[in-house]
Amino acid sequence: MRGHVRWLILILLLTGFAIWVSLPNTKASNVTDSCYNTTDNLRPDQGIHLDFNDDCKDDFGLNVKQVYGLDIIGGLRVLLQADLPAGAYTVEDLRNAANNVNRRVNALGVGEATVQVQGSNRILVELPGVKDPQQAVDLIQKTALLEFVDFSDVTNVTQYVGRKILTDAQVQAEQARAAAEAESTAQPTAEGTQQVSADATAEATQATGAEATAEATQQAAPPAATPVTPADEPGVPNPTTGQPFHTVMTGSGLQSAVAQLDQSNKWAIRFELTSEGGQVFGPFTGSAIGKPMAIVLDGVVLSAPTIQARLDTGGTITGNFSQDEASTLALQLRSGSLPIPLRVVSSQTVGATLGQESVNLSIRAGIVGVIIILSFMLINYRVPGIAASLALLVFIVLNLAMFKIIPITLTLPAIVGFLISIGTAVDGNILIFERMREEMRAGRDMDTAVDEGFTRAWSSIRDSNLSTILISAVLFLFGQTPGASQVSGFAVTLALGLLLNLFTAIIVTRTFLHIILAITRGAIKDRHWLMGV
Amino acid sequence: MYSLVQKRRLYYGFSLAIIAIGIVIMIYSLVTRGTAFELSIDFKGGSIYELKFTQPGANEDNIRAVFANYGDSTATIQRLGDETENRWSVRASFHEEAEKRQILDDLNKLAPLDRSLSQDESVSATVGQEVTRAALFAVLVAALVVTSFIVLAFRSVPDAFRYGVCAIIAMIHDVLIVAAVQSVMGIIFKWEVDALFLTAMLMVVGFSVQDTIVLFDRIRENIPRHLGEPYETIVNRSVLETIHRTLTTQISVFFVMIAIMLFGGASIKQFVFILFCGLVTGSYSSIFIAVPLLVSWEKREFPFSLFGKKPELKSVEA
Repeated sequence: MRGHVRWLILILLLTGFAIWVSLPNTKASNVTDSCYNTTDNLRPDQGIHLDFNDDCKDDFGLNVKQVYGLDIIGGLRVLLQADLPAGAYTVEDLRNAANNVNRRVNALGVGEATVQVQGSNRILVELPGVKDPQQAVDLIQKTALLEFVDFSDVTNVTQYVGRKILTDAQVQAEQARAAAEAESTAQPTAEGTQQVSADATAEATQATGAEATAEATQQAAPPAATPVTPADEPGVPNPTTGQPFHTVMTGSGLQSAVAQLDQSNKWAIRFELTSEGGQVFGPFTGSAIGKPMAIVLDGVVLSAPTIQARLDTGGTITGNFSQDEASTLALQLRSGSLPIPLRVVSSQTVGATLGQESVNLSIRAGIVGVIIILSFMLINYRVPGIAASLALLVFIVLNLAMFKIIPITLTLPAIVGFLISIGTAVDGNILIFERMREEMRAGRDMDTAVDEGFTRAWSSIRDSNLSTILISAVLFLFGQTPGASQVSGFAVTLALGLLLNLFTAIIVTRTFLHIILAITRGAIKDRHWLMGV
Repeated sequence: MYSLVQKRRLYYGFSLAIIAIGIVIMIYSLVTRGTAFELSIDFKGGSIYELKFTQPGANEDNIRAVFANYGDSTATIQRLGDETENRWSVRASFHEEAEKRQILDDLNKLAPLDRSLSQDESVSATVGQEVTRAALFAVLVAALVVTSFIVLAFRSVPDAFRYGVCAIIAMIHDVLIVAAVQSVMGIIFKWEVDALFLTAMLMVVGFSVQDTIVLFDRIRENIPRHLGEPYETIVNRSVLETIHRTLTTQISVFFVMIAIMLFGGASIKQFVFILFCGLVTGSYSSIFIAVPLLVSWEKREFPFSLFGKKPELKSVEA
């Protein structure tokens, strides 16, 4: 009996914790307010954050937050594939591209954006809750080439703003691309019949846009702040030399860029350089003080400020910017350049309200299902039914808490997996109670019957859970394919439910049952119908 | 005691009839459409649009015209729900993002679209092929896992081979029944085979084996307890002893599933329906296929008569 009481206390503590975690906006923090003064250290709105030695760093940190999938909160998922043949780029290039995509989507201000490199040639982008999916896709796919161009020998600077110019970085990029293309035509790509049409059009456009300039405009829509440039207008080379303009540094040399108001209350862009960027940019600006420099995005001159000082770590771009123009330019600077052109190979857009409707319906379905199961267990098994019902509630709360702690992304298939695991959890109890009934009918006394029921049903419960866990493992592997990702959500919640069930079906139900029997022993002793017999 | 296994020929006939209907539909579908099941874009690539217009104005013809403008004259267009809901589903070929946006803009001109209640998905053929490959691999691994599970479960039992074979036959039976259901739904409601269907199918395999193993366990337990009783009686007793558990479990899972099907979102209904059918047939096949097969085998009835001598005893039933 003492053992059961000990278990009961443990179960109650665990359940209490789990209830607290599964409530919305779980928060516990002893981090002092003064730690949250800086802008980049915002006070988290949820989670457990314990800082015992007051160094403003979590000694124990648990981010308990329920993550919802795209099909529930709406948003966008795109799978991008490098539009270059294998071998034309390195994994490092792909990772850089992913970092750039990440910077761009973060600039959109989407909360839980995910950007992941998948395999050797793909990047998966998930933007749950994004308001304008189309804008996001444009921004992601854009292979913007940002350059800081030497304009020191240019006399009439302003006439170039908004026009396309030809630079040596563009020439280099085009040479690399042309080389890659030559290689790709040499090895025919094994694509399906459906894909051929899409590829054919893509290739056709590439063939017509053989020139560097035409290609660049095709890849990126002109930014809002700049005048629209006709796509077929060739870039202007440097009139003084007749050669392409000299690119000092590309966007990869930038660390960050933000729009802010300067001392004279005008909008300006404050930028910081990476250490590599500083090594190039410092000496150049040092030698060209008082001379103009052009900021060029995809061949189009965005602005041509005059260099005021040597810039080793960063600087400010001033001009007659409106707030919108300043933030757009800052965003363009931040986004930098994608080293690899990316093609969308699969995408999914879900309207925000749509998913919410399905999830409300599913939750209602789950609640109705659970209520029916609880009443069914109570009617069918009476006193053991009470124990099973309580155990089922513990099971549900533990699951919900685990979803937040692990964390598991809840999608509709994941909810179905969870609901099915509730069904299996009940099955475990049914196996036990049926055994128990048989033992009591065979004349065993109540306590022996209870213990026998658990002992003898264990192998069945273990086997049936094990076979389903194995199947969910197979499903989880299947779900690793980008096109079948919804399957892994189902597999994960199902497997988690089955594992927790091994604990609740045996230990929790058993403890509850023994405690209830101990309390109500007199009442039940001669009334076997209360035991469901 | 009511004899469940006596009418086994009836059960065999019933199952064979359902499977036959499924196979006929699959062949019909294969002949007319070139594929036994309509595959979803998960496997073959393409795009699907679920559109919600805020006002009437869109119809099959003008939606088709929009897609035809982008070289997609074979798009499948279906009305979703009630006529007043103005919801449509369009299955078309794979569209690039830019094209997709133009299509949506054009559709928006037919009647205003409610983007927050619309969704679209497109999968390129390459990704579709990968999913297909992964699916085949998953089926292979699952088959291997389940077979080894059966072998392990019966490794130290007399007549292990017999139990294993009967469990596998019951499993194949369930897969065929579910396939038959899917083919019927494919004809009536244009249901497609997608990644979640495959998931449901693998779950069905799991359920099926579980139920059969619980039942066979009981038979093995009862054989030494009731020595001297005819095999058929022992088997029958075991079925009756476990049937209560099977029914109770089924009923409780059905409650959850029916609740999801009644209230749950449309996308998930197909998946749950197939799971539901699989669960029913999984339990059915353990009792009405796997166990009767054991008896038929014991008695060397057809088709087992082909593999071994008939026993000395004549069969009890006439």
